[in-house]
Amino acid sequence: MTRHLLSIDDLGADGIAEVLEVTDSFAEVARRAIPKVPTLRGKTVATLFFEDSTRTRISFETAAKRMSADVLSFAAGASSLKKGESLRDTIETIEAMGIDAVVIRHPSSGVALQATRWLTGPVVVNAGDGWHAHPTQALLDLYTVRELLGGDSRCFEGLRIAIVGDIRHSRVARSQVAAYTAMGAKVTLVGPATLLPPSVEGWGVESVTSVIDDVLPAADVVSLLRIQAERGSGAFLPSLREYTSEFGLTMERARCLPSTSIVLHPGPMVRGVEISSDAAELPQVHVTRQVANGVAVRMAVLFLLLGVPGSAGVPGSADSGRAVSAAGAPPPGASSGPELRAGGRDGG
Amino acid sequence: MAERERNHARPRGVVFLPRVQVMSAADVNRAVTRMAHEIVERNHGVDDLVLVGLQTGGVPIAKRLAATLVELEHTDVPVGSLDVAFYRDDIGLRPVLPEAVTDIAMDLTGRTVVLVDDVLFTGRTVRAALNALGEFGRAQMVQLAVMVDRGHRELPIRPDYVGKNLPTKRDELVDVSGDGVVLGGLVSK
Repeated sequence: MTRHLLSIDDLGADGIAEVLEVTDSFAEVARRAIPKVPTLRGKTVATLFFEDSTRTRISFETAAKRMSADVLSFAAGASSLKKGESLRDTIETIEAMGIDAVVIRHPSSGVALQATRWLTGPVVVNAGDGWHAHPTQALLDLYTVRELLGGDSRCFEGLRIAIVGDIRHSRVARSQVAAYTAMGAKVTLVGPATLLPPSVEGWGVESVTSVIDDVLPAADVVSLLRIQAERGSGAFLPSLREYTSEFGLTMERARCLPSTSIVLHPGPMVRGVEISSDAAELPQVHVTRQVANGVAVRMAVLFLLLGVPGSAGVPGSADSGRAVSAAGAPPPGASSGPELRAGGRDGG
Repeated sequence: MAERERNHARPRGVVFLPRVQVMSAADVNRAVTRMAHEIVERNHGVDDLVLVGLQTGGVPIAKRLAATLVELEHTDVPVGSLDVAFYRDDIGLRPVLPEAVTDIAMDLTGRTVVLVDDVLFTGRTVRAALNALGEFGRAQMVQLAVMVDRGHRELPIRPDYVGKNLPTKRDELVDVSGDGVVLGGLVSK
């Protein structure tokens, strides 16, 4: 595990497999009558959400609380940002309070990376930055697939994954592609041409198509995405109804799916657009399982970042034999590398 | 120590070098049989008894003890497994990773629990196990069975059933497996 979790690239295939394996243990904790362990007692986790969220925020906070960490919850709308405080000052103020981990979501890509440059103590977990990445969502999708296929991380080898919807504006899609391809799955992107990224060079996807009906009969996993009106997706489509008729998972299309296939949706699910209301009730749709697994996956991520030497608040333990990946965050104060994306307001 | 944990704890470029075979596979079998008899004797039978193996080294020993208890008393003894990673007091001081999933299917309230581990060393694992057990009910009594007691306790913990008392140096390692017990150390490659 790296010091921070900014994107799936920080983990690599081994890191992903480790998170999924550790998640098994936390899933067992979640099944207990009293789902609480003292693992992170005395640690403080702050959730900084500069963008609306229900499940991610609650999921991280539940995860931290189930490991007995203290949780500070920060909502941009009710903060001094309103009075004109800068992002940097806000983040540094929170660090000054002695926080061990910062879970951050922001509409601009690269804010989590930028936060790692400003913060010297806390570990940073990216809970979604602009179009860039949402690693824990991808990890919980993989965990859900792995659980349904028997609990072995090798199950992804050769698995056919279809990611359907607004790929262009989706950080979830980017993290999913990175995670599935790292584990050896074959990913097909499906969406209207206007909502596909201009280039998929370097994504490692198998194919890109605008005809969903070609893909469904052979798909092991179908991952639906929401049309993100707040990022301007609407302007890329003639109408939502047209999107539904071309790409929505209707009952008719769902009948083309193999019975063993798995349909996932990161939420929030908009019934009647990307999936019809009756199709959402099919047994292949595992949306609530995804939410339940989200807590266990986030427990594993927080545990691996905070509970292992080399992480925050554990000085002098860098020599733990745990390699910090080159894709990890630069040391505090390092000058901006070419990977700097922060500050770019590339959100819709 | 189980293999995965040992791999994390071990400095790079250092390997486990076996030095002395302390117990043979047959010795371990005899020790299991004796300990099973002692468990029956101490508890006047196996009613309300539950064996809980500590992941991962204690689990196979717990299963063998349970099999022997069935032969002796003709009653099934439930076996659970417990991973104490989340209850350790050295989280953040050394690599602590869950080894395997905890599996205790029953409420332990009112039962006699025998914790089973392969090696008793500092006692910190057992301390963590006692805390973890509390989540599964209030056991009437908790006893401790270990294949090897190697000394160097850091906490006031003592085993009830011991396969072998083995005086060791602090930096030595004890390896318990199906092939017996081996004493060795870490050496640079």
